Amino acid sequence: MTEISSTSPVVRIRGLRKSFGTNLVLDGIDLDVRKGEVVVVIGPSGSGKTTLLRCINLLETYDEGSIQVDGVEVGFRDGAGAVRHRRSDRELSRIRADIGMVFQLFNLFPHLTARENVMLGLRKVRGLSAAEAKRTAEQWLVRVGLGDKLDSLPNQLSGGQQQRVGIARAVAMDPKVLLLDEITSALDPELVGEVLTVVQELAHDGMTMIVVTHEMTFARDASTRIVFMDGGRIQVEGSPRQVLSMINHERLKAFLARIELKQH
Amino acid sequence: MLYAIRSLPFLWQGLFVTLEVSALVVFFSLIAGVILGVGIVYGPWWLYWPIRIYSDFLRGIPLLVLIFFLYYALPFVSINLTNIAAVVLALAAFETAHIIEVVRGAIQSIPRGQNEAAKTIGLTFGKRLLYVIAPQAVRRFLPPWINAVVDTVKGSALVSLVGIVDLTLAIQQVIGRTYIPMPLYILGAVMYFVINYSLSSASRALEARFAYIRE
Amino acid sequence: MTYHLNFGFVWRHFDKLGWGLVLSLELALVSILIGMAIGLSLALAYTGGGRFTRGIVAGYVEFIRNVPLLLLVYLVFYGVPSVGGFAYEATASFVITLAVYAGATMVEVFRAGLAAVPGGLIDAGKAIGLTGWQRLICVRLPTMFRIVLPSLSNAYISLFKDTSLASVIAVPELTYGAQWINTNSFRVIEVWAVTAPMYLVTGYGLLFLLQRLERRFVVH
Repeated sequence: MTEISSTSPVVRIRGLRKSFGTNLVLDGIDLDVRKGEVVVVIGPSGSGKTTLLRCINLLETYDEGSIQVDGVEVGFRDGAGAVRHRRSDRELSRIRADIGMVFQLFNLFPHLTARENVMLGLRKVRGLSAAEAKRTAEQWLVRVGLGDKLDSLPNQLSGGQQQRVGIARAVAMDPKVLLLDEITSALDPELVGEVLTVVQELAHDGMTMIVVTHEMTFARDASTRIVFMDGGRIQVEGSPRQVLSMINHERLKAFLARIELKQH
Repeated sequence: MLYAIRSLPFLWQGLFVTLEVSALVVFFSLIAGVILGVGIVYGPWWLYWPIRIYSDFLRGIPLLVLIFFLYYALPFVSINLTNIAAVVLALAAFETAHIIEVVRGAIQSIPRGQNEAAKTIGLTFGKRLLYVIAPQAVRRFLPPWINAVVDTVKGSALVSLVGIVDLTLAIQQVIGRTYIPMPLYILGAVMYFVINYSLSSASRALEARFAYIRE
Repeated sequence: MTYHLNFGFVWRHFDKLGWGLVLSLELALVSILIGMAIGLSLALAYTGGGRFTRGIVAGYVEFIRNVPLLLLVYLVFYGVPSVGGFAYEATASFVITLAVYAGATMVEVFRAGLAAVPGGLIDAGKAIGLTGWQRLICVRLPTMFRIVLPSLSNAYISLFKDTSLASVIAVPELTYGAQWINTNSFRVIEVWAVTAPMYLVTGYGLLFLLQRLERRFVVH
């Protein structure tokens, strides 16, 4: 049991290790994320950043180490001694309800309207009544700028609109931390802005976030901390100014140079 | 010619038997196929292999062989079914194997991200199945299932070979009395066509209507 | 009644099954070759043609695919001679029937295959100055064949199983051989216990071989 204080991190990761078969993808990650922080994770493909995110809400299991969200170990019940028992589906569901995730490919439920997509978790997980769920869902959809699309099906929405529904769906659950997995990578360039604006507003309102992205402008302007990952490890960590102007780290410099080339 | 027209009620009766057999087969194969199909996707490993072998075996032999085998062999092991029961069993067993594959395809073609998104908002396994997977699986299942129903109706024609007076056998018996094969075969073909074409049109319509599920 | 398994009769007359299997494979092969010729011509006619042509092709396909094969077998073997005034032997009749049946499937396979040829390839052909005919022969058809190979394999295996229907007009393929042994010995379980696996093994064997062949050619 951990005491809940304002200095205790929302997400606490220690010694995280994960392999896919013989491939070591996460090689000892230590990370703390405090309430209200916006941590942006950058790095080349294969560096493990998406895997890190997916371990936090147990979409991927982890082999060694500890991930605690609000003091609760995510993957294991932590038996006495060295024996660890993996959590059951029921336990995971309760933990996941407090962690929100937005996906690169949106993953909206195609048989439900925008409103129903957001309402599903509210009704079946939070247990709200139909009327309450409807009201909350509509509030959030208006908040992300989709007040006129409440009854639209996902296939009637543009990519940017779908992603904003995805954000509303995640945020309406009132999560303790929001995980954003390259949420603009699959969007046409002109639609990226509307999504990032919404995310920045949420950050401004105090939402704790871990964001995997290639959008350097967002990283520079909206984050409280930038983490650079490569080869399954955190190589560099610091404030945006520190990290983006760092000149003595070879890998980071090379990575930033490649990104700059891509974005111009 | 006049005799042929007076035989129409007889053909009608044959058609009724065809529809009856088809309906029974569709009913049983749907239930068995869905249960076994869901079982092969979500069930434990020791359920997977028996169902898989059943499905692969029955889809690997001709329907006619299965019908002959059950029709002739069952009495030899002291299982005495009526003619109709034996062929319905054969047809239903055959169709079940196909429906298992349709169910399996419907569920497994749903993108993995759907299950992940459902997990992410905190839904348990049962609720994920009920609110996210099943609604999509059903929409993916229906068009190919209707095609399986069409195959069942076509397959039912084989019962004529073991003495069941369905539409096909009725036609042959009328031809035997009137000696005008072609018009009667054409008439029979048209009757089958009307039934099956309506079904396959419905399947195509549903497929178009449910296209949004594959966005 | 107790039943004692005795495979003697089956093995003594195994040639009926063995040669029957060979005939089944041959029937399926000839039918699919003719069917492909029918299917390709009609698919091209459909793709390039106007409303009337498309209607005729669609009518043919819809008719064949919605009527039981058994009825078609009877129609061709018993019905056609009665209006045509000529008779033909059972094997030829069945091949014609199965070829027409295969043709209907092939129209759909080739139509979808032609539509699946990436537009970019056709544009590239235009860009280097190929005429319509040249584009068809040099670009569209070769690409299409690679795309439809899996469908062709599955169609052949399906037709192989459909040859069992030839037994009803006494064509001596595998099922007919099994029926002969059945009615002449009442060794019911034994004969089907041999025949069914013959279909199974041949079917999956073909699948395996054809998939290996595909791997060298298929476009994904």
